[in-house]
Amino acid sequence: MLRRLRLHIATFFAVIGPGFVTAMVDNDAGGIYTYSQAGARWGYLPLWTLLPITLALIVTQEMCARMGAVTGKGLSDLIREEFGFRTTFFLMVVLLLVNLTNVMANFAGIATSLGLFGVSRFVSVPLGAAAVWILVVKGTYRIVEKVFLLACGFYGAYVVSGILVRPDWMQAAVYSVRPRLLLEDAYVAMLIGMVGTSVAPWMQFYLQSAVVEKGVDEKQYAQSRIEVLVGCVAMTVIAFFIIVACAGAYKYHPRDIASAAEAAEALRPFGRYAYLLFSAGLFNASLFAASILPLSTAFTVCEGLGFESGVNKRFGEAPVFYWLYTSLIVVGAGAVLLPQFPLVKLILASQVLNGVLLPVILVFMLHLANRRDLMGRWTNSRIFNLIAWTTAAAMTALSLSLAALSWR
Amino acid sequence: MAAINLERILYLTELTGLKVFGPHGERIGRVVEAAVLPAEHGRRVARYLVGDGGRTRFLVRHDQVQSISLQGLFLSDDLMTPYRHDEAYLLLCKDLLDQQIIDVNGRKVVRVNDMTLTIETAGGRQELWVLEVDVGVRGAFRRLLEGMAPPALIRRLQEPIKPNSIGWEYCNIIEPDPQRRLKLSISGEALNQIHPADLADIVEDLPPAEREALIESLDEEVAAETLTEVEPKIQLSILESMDADKAADILEEMAPDQAADALGEMKEETSREILSDMDQTEAAEIGELLEYEEDSAGGMMNTQYVALHERAVVRDAVEALKGNEELLEGLNTLFLVDAEERLAAAVPVARLFVAPDAAPLRPLALKSLLKVTVDAHRDRVIEYFDKYNVLTLPVVDDNNKLLGVITADDIISVLRRS
Repeated sequence: MLRRLRLHIATFFAVIGPGFVTAMVDNDAGGIYTYSQAGARWGYLPLWTLLPITLALIVTQEMCARMGAVTGKGLSDLIREEFGFRTTFFLMVVLLLVNLTNVMANFAGIATSLGLFGVSRFVSVPLGAAAVWILVVKGTYRIVEKVFLLACGFYGAYVVSGILVRPDWMQAAVYSVRPRLLLEDAYVAMLIGMVGTSVAPWMQFYLQSAVVEKGVDEKQYAQSRIEVLVGCVAMTVIAFFIIVACAGAYKYHPRDIASAAEAAEALRPFGRYAYLLFSAGLFNASLFAASILPLSTAFTVCEGLGFESGVNKRFGEAPVFYWLYTSLIVVGAGAVLLPQFPLVKLILASQVLNGVLLPVILVFMLHLANRRDLMGRWTNSRIFNLIAWTTAAAMTALSLSLAALSWR
Repeated sequence: MAAINLERILYLTELTGLKVFGPHGERIGRVVEAAVLPAEHGRRVARYLVGDGGRTRFLVRHDQVQSISLQGLFLSDDLMTPYRHDEAYLLLCKDLLDQQIIDVNGRKVVRVNDMTLTIETAGGRQELWVLEVDVGVRGAFRRLLEGMAPPALIRRLQEPIKPNSIGWEYCNIIEPDPQRRLKLSISGEALNQIHPADLADIVEDLPPAEREALIESLDEEVAAETLTEVEPKIQLSILESMDADKAADILEEMAPDQAADALGEMKEETSREILSDMDQTEAAEIGELLEYEEDSAGGMMNTQYVALHERAVVRDAVEALKGNEELLEGLNTLFLVDAEERLAAAVPVARLFVAPDAAPLRPLALKSLLKVTVDAHRDRVIEYFDKYNVLTLPVVDDNNKLLGVITADDIISVLRRS
């Protein structure tokens, strides 16, 4: 009995990584801003959206992890094999653009968070970019994954800063399960923003490739599924504490904020640590996402279009991969340093592209996950399909509305 | 390939969508797919699938085609049968386009972007033969513009792009279903020429089902060498997913220590089943090795050595080597033992060449005899190799009886893994 339990735990640790990392990176600079903004302006009111967000995340992530484990192929591989070159090509071009703007947003996050500690962006951004590049190109997969898991741990900073604000737990608990709808434009826009940003196209590609890279197979899939679940829940818990911290900081004068750094400033009255932890959390999240996004993008695009890829290949073997990876970092970091660069506009544009791309990818995923010749006995069950299609429809509606709002 | 006249070339992207005309010049439909029947002919497009806009697709045999050009496929008779799927057809679009194949020359896995066909004339008719598989940007470019611009324009625009194709004879298709593999006459013959270490890299690049397919299509000997080079985790999943008797055949070909390592990682019932399917002497040998701790000298050693009686002469040694030809590739040391199989001395093989046939072996032995006991820890064994620069280290039990040897390449793989 004990031996079996130990075996279970051992297998669990053998598959841990992909699901957790993906869910955590979802709380990147953009995500943290969205949650901070929601808490600062509306207090505890938006907390109820976290439950449906968790569900949507679990449903989409589980499908990708399952496809990865069963087919042993990445999502862009499967899309290419099933939908042909032209579709894949356009999908990859859009994904590249969306992800590039996401990379920019996260380098901007590095700049503002370290700015709170008095570090100039002309120091922090180039150093951050160099660190990211070296970690992935010079590190082995095992080291990189350990660093990533460590970064997941640092998200705990938000939990602590949330507690330091001394929230009204009772009220927070009630609002977490009681949906509140206000018919105000800003409130609706906030809700759409929260749900719309929670499932991003890049996550599906990253998770599935990571599961394949990790070598998870059908037999280990049960453990992998648990990991995905735990990861999604953990992500929501972090989001909860970010909202709670900001709700506490702006309790007496709720208002719109322009950046997550502003939220950190507002935490100063609650002591040095609340402020420091919030800023450090932002830095960690931005750096983390800035490490993963370029890598995942280069990998996905090369895989889909049939170029050699992978950090275990030498430069001469996979030139397209390395050029793509390096350019994403250089352009993403460089943009933040340009004085007149329309960063905010670009981030809004990325929301639009994101909203347009996600529905397409969700439909492809649902199609693939239901193919019996591909998935064997692992196709979606009827009930799962019902939930998944409903989720896809809801996410599509919300993403498109977010896109429309951003475009305005 | 530059010598081939462009007039005689037809790309698969041009073939699909090509108009089909009947014997009186009437338009029948468009080509939607082409099939090779590898059992009949390895290159010729044997069937064309024609669609007329409706749901049914019609089958045209190659000998019903009169001529082929960018203008269309002209038939000599219009007796077409409705298409029914047959596993023996290798469908160029469905089975090859966008799928992964192995480039035997380049020794890597590539994805098919397009195919190049040549128009050949046989018996007054024209037919299409597969020439190359396009895996480069040129093929990708054609795929992107296919159906959106006239073929002649696409051909002109692609000129500046560097071609990147693989000759059809160097393409190896990976088909996971063994029965279909047989019907399509896909063999691993070309693959057997690739160095096992390169094959191992290819295996690691493939998804699980394709990995097994690849290993299964190799000669057992090559399969064994390839599996030895594959990452332990992948090696395990391949062996576990195979039939026990097939796995047993491959493991028999592996060095006993490697086979023992592989079996040691498996679930006990699986490894027992495989062992029972193996040749008895091999199984016994591996079974013994399995008894030792993985990180001890016993767990690292193999039993592929040559031992002679300590009073043997050079001629005896040569005779012994003649009986053990499969060991010769890596053999560098002979061992001398007494009547109780206790280790007495080690003789470098090269010294045999400079000694007369009748010379006793004992004086040719190394001055100092290095050895480890079977329970010595891995770190200590590695230290020995580092310190004394040996190539082969004998392993003995507590009574000095020779049990096996550890070779330098075992050490290299241990070090690379940790």
